[in-house]
Amino acid sequence: MITKRIIPCLDVRNGRVVKGTNFTALRDLADPVELARRYNADGADELVFYDITASAEGRALFTDILERVARQVFIPLTVGGGINALDDFARVLGCGADKVSVNSGALKNPDLIDAAARRYGSQCVVLSMDVKRVNGSYHVFAKGGREDTGRDALAWAAEGAERGAGELVVNSIDTDGVRQGFDLELLDAVCARVRLPVIASGGAGCKEHFAQLFAHPGVDAGLAAGIFHTGLLPIPALKAYLRGQGVEMRL
Amino acid sequence: MIAIVDYGVGNLASLAGSLASLGLANEVTRDPARLSSASHILLPGVGAFGDAMQKLRDTGLVPVLKSQAQKKPLLGICLGMQLLFEKSYEFGEHQGLGLLPGEVCPLGPDLAAAGHPELKVPHMGWNRLDILRADPFFANTRPGEYVYYVHSFYAKRCEADTLATSPYGAAVTGVVRRGLVYGTQFHPEKSGSAGLRMLAAFAALGGQPAERL
Repeated sequence: MITKRIIPCLDVRNGRVVKGTNFTALRDLADPVELARRYNADGADELVFYDITASAEGRALFTDILERVARQVFIPLTVGGGINALDDFARVLGCGADKVSVNSGALKNPDLIDAAARRYGSQCVVLSMDVKRVNGSYHVFAKGGREDTGRDALAWAAEGAERGAGELVVNSIDTDGVRQGFDLELLDAVCARVRLPVIASGGAGCKEHFAQLFAHPGVDAGLAAGIFHTGLLPIPALKAYLRGQGVEMRL
Repeated sequence: MIAIVDYGVGNLASLAGSLASLGLANEVTRDPARLSSASHILLPGVGAFGDAMQKLRDTGLVPVLKSQAQKKPLLGICLGMQLLFEKSYEFGEHQGLGLLPGEVCPLGPDLAAAGHPELKVPHMGWNRLDILRADPFFANTRPGEYVYYVHSFYAKRCEADTLATSPYGAAVTGVVRRGLVYGTQFHPEKSGSAGLRMLAAFAALGGQPAERL
């Protein structure tokens, strides 16, 4: 059977990997190419790169990094950040990405999901959503978690699937960066609503959190950043532990 | 030199990069003369069967590939592997290269028939490779290694030529071989060290070992 996947996420700004808490307070951490090489050697199942720069200069730097990573890393690469049009898909796929993650761009223009799935196939289109509880329901936030769109997250997930997204990344703003565990309640609600592969993001603080996550059979992958980048939780140790817990893992 | 067939389909850069990382000379090309002088040929591919087969026909390379496949090792990857078969039922019925007997069918109905309607399609992610027949292609592969798949259709009625499968409700055809023609449904260039070791073993096949960089 398909293994559960462990996915380090590299937020890149001005050519460096950075990490924030609750979507703010960015800290500079590492060189992205070096970090990607390390994760490839450590048995990461996939890498996600988010371009969180706004400037054209930062974008050019990101494109260059992506090309260097793609030449040296032989696991699937997903790229997100600033994907607003089919041209952006073409740009990052041309640099060696295997999948493209859309977030704010798809909220502004949901037809982008359909168009990208038609041109590149659903397996290439990852819908990423930033979710926060507002008055007892799940709202989708845009612009890196700064703007409440008022959209219901479960309805948006279902619409994304309908439009042709092949995978769903669910980032919980409520649990992001605080390392108290994944947002299992939100994830269960999403898994009950859509049949797409679901990647859980936000809240991983220790290996036990991943074991709790994969006890929920609808979840396919766990994504984290800071705990991997800082070396707090080495991927080989995490995967060996999970296999010991009966979770199918590639070692 | 290992020729990577360029017919406007697939992520050729990562395939070229994986060969380069193994120190193997390679060239992305659609020049029949380069395919003739290559020691090995890789046929990549992603997307839909009918569209890819049409693009391959448009390059005029179909007869070249058919004749070169008798002379040197050829490896089809993912959709490139599916193109090696006689036909596919993806969005209608399409003729393939016919280098291997068998056909390419949708995975979903077979998962349901096997009692696994809950399994998601596409079959996407890392799955264990079960080797059914020893082959030099697996010279560097250990039992129980994982490889990376992304596909919704799979090869059937090709049991005689199947070297390895992966368990996903049904046994999904993973590696096929007939003579010098090989195919992998998974992406060796995205399968980490296990995939690179298979590419290295492929480069060592045949009368003429692949050139080093």
